[in-house]
Amino acid sequence: MFSLVRIILIGLLMALSPWVHAEGLTIEITKGAQTAMPIAIVPFGQQGGIGNVKLSDVISSDLAGSGFFKTLSEDEMLSQPNDPERINFREWQALGQEYMVIGQVQGNGNAFNIVFHLFNVHNGQLIMGYRMTAGGHELRRAAHHISDLIFEKLTGRKGVFNTRIAYVTTTTRGNARQFMLQIADADGSNPRTIAESPEPIMAPAWSPDGSRIAYVSFHTKRSEIFVQTLATGQRESVSSFPGINGAPAWSPDGSRLAITLSKDGSPDVYVLNLAGKGLTRLTSGLSIDTEPTWSPDGSTIVFTSDQGGKPQLYTIPSGGGRATRLTFQGDYNARPRFSPDGRSLAMVHGSGGGYKIAVMDMASKTVNVLTEGRLDESPSFAPNSSMILYAASRGGRSVLSVVSTDGASRQKLSIDSGGVREPAWGP
Amino acid sequence: MKSTKTFLALALVAAMLTAGCSSTEDEGLAEADQVGTDASTSALADGAMGGTPFGSGGAGGGFGGQDFNSASHLGPEFSDPNNPLSKQVIYFELDSSQIRQEFVPVVAAHAHYLSAHPNQRVILAGHADERGSSEYNIALGEQRAKAVERMMRAQGVSAGQLEIVSYGEEKPAAMGHDESAWQLNRRVEVGYQ
Repeated sequence: MFSLVRIILIGLLMALSPWVHAEGLTIEITKGAQTAMPIAIVPFGQQGGIGNVKLSDVISSDLAGSGFFKTLSEDEMLSQPNDPERINFREWQALGQEYMVIGQVQGNGNAFNIVFHLFNVHNGQLIMGYRMTAGGHELRRAAHHISDLIFEKLTGRKGVFNTRIAYVTTTTRGNARQFMLQIADADGSNPRTIAESPEPIMAPAWSPDGSRIAYVSFHTKRSEIFVQTLATGQRESVSSFPGINGAPAWSPDGSRLAITLSKDGSPDVYVLNLAGKGLTRLTSGLSIDTEPTWSPDGSTIVFTSDQGGKPQLYTIPSGGGRATRLTFQGDYNARPRFSPDGRSLAMVHGSGGGYKIAVMDMASKTVNVLTEGRLDESPSFAPNSSMILYAASRGGRSVLSVVSTDGASRQKLSIDSGGVREPAWGP
Repeated sequence: MKSTKTFLALALVAAMLTAGCSSTEDEGLAEADQVGTDASTSALADGAMGGTPFGSGGAGGGFGGQDFNSASHLGPEFSDPNNPLSKQVIYFELDSSQIRQEFVPVVAAHAHYLSAHPNQRVILAGHADERGSSEYNIALGEQRAKAVERMMRAQGVSAGQLEIVSYGEEKPAAMGHDESAWQLNRRVEVGYQ
């Protein structure tokens, strides 16, 4: 049994705020894939000052966290070569390695030069070699980029280590709560607060180009949907009708938001045109209709509805039409999210009192339950469709978890104090 | 073959380490590709991300936990434990927005008071327990608030006196993760303004 449990504490800088007291996001790999490929990331040779980012640690953590790789710890390495001529491949074969990465980094004040090589340990062949330059604050990003290159080369899938996530943290002090909408790198490092309020913030959703985030804020003590431009911090209220303004979901072209409004009675799904502010109502009736998600081709919207008594998923043409029921397994299926490749649909699946993350294959309509939690919610696909980020509960605290879509590996992202929920994986 | 590549790679490293050679040719590396500074720089441009707190201070008068009735003008009947008006939270069964028998007199007492005080306004804040998805729970919380609203309207309270908001699972009254906490969180709070 492969039992890799590593804890990587990531130091971080946060926006100045009275609520922030050296909080750290912690990543814990809680389940590694048995089929993971063994790879050794040898510490890079260093010249000049390179600060406190250790490239090999970032790359190892990225690759191990993906579930596709099993990385060799530094302690187990018998040597740490930095140039190809110094590699004794037999030594790495004896350690059970299939692949290895070596490299060098040179810092010269404001920039870094990085060279790395990926080798097949069995035949000693060079699989890939790159050199790159990175700006003064880009070393961590460069490490994620190297992880992406290795990942894509060896798995055939696009890496997602240079992507970002959004989530909401909740901190409680006495009777007061503080909600913070944050954005961080996909590994939890580099968190920044982009909105905060003593009232709830919910449902962050990335625009398809990653430049804007739509979310729900209750800071006026009513729900209201905002669209915030990340580069400027500028936010615009796009929906503040009486009743519920919730569950924003971007159309694939970024021009519209599917949202939930209850202004006409029960909660229904509408499509809001962001340019003209025109509203199209998609659902009606007395039932709860909410949590829309667009298919990547923009043709259909899947949403949660209790029109059959219990919450189940339904599909409807995005231009309007008749809704068709999609899920029949279990007594609770809600909060659908399409994978970016359109092949599957993640959801919150309830049966027997627990709520877990499940995935439906859109072609066969079969449903696979991926997680074992009791209170799992808010699934969100990675841009490469191979992993799902979701909110879970551990020891009475809300944490974020990542599971591979085959269920083979899992990792956990948690915050030192308070809870972290409502995750959304950005492009 | 391998040694040629190795040699070239080494040569490249050596070249790189010399000053002013950032434009060195890359052919030495099998699939050499320069990751341009431009690309990484633009990807990082959002580092200067803006973001300010929502009216921290101003609006943050603290809708924390117990202070949902901030009105100080309420009479002593609201604090008399024998008076149904002292109960300002109505609890619900799982996945239900039906008002339980035991809370019918509570809703009726508030409705009676509001009818007699047509200038008094209340906010009916609906809540759900943490189970299931958060946006569905927003809808569930609203259904509960609307059930209370309907009953009050039927007993003569005017629409203008009642406002509804649903917080779903976002503002639990009890922080636990079992039924003893959940039953306290499936609720509607009657907030006198």
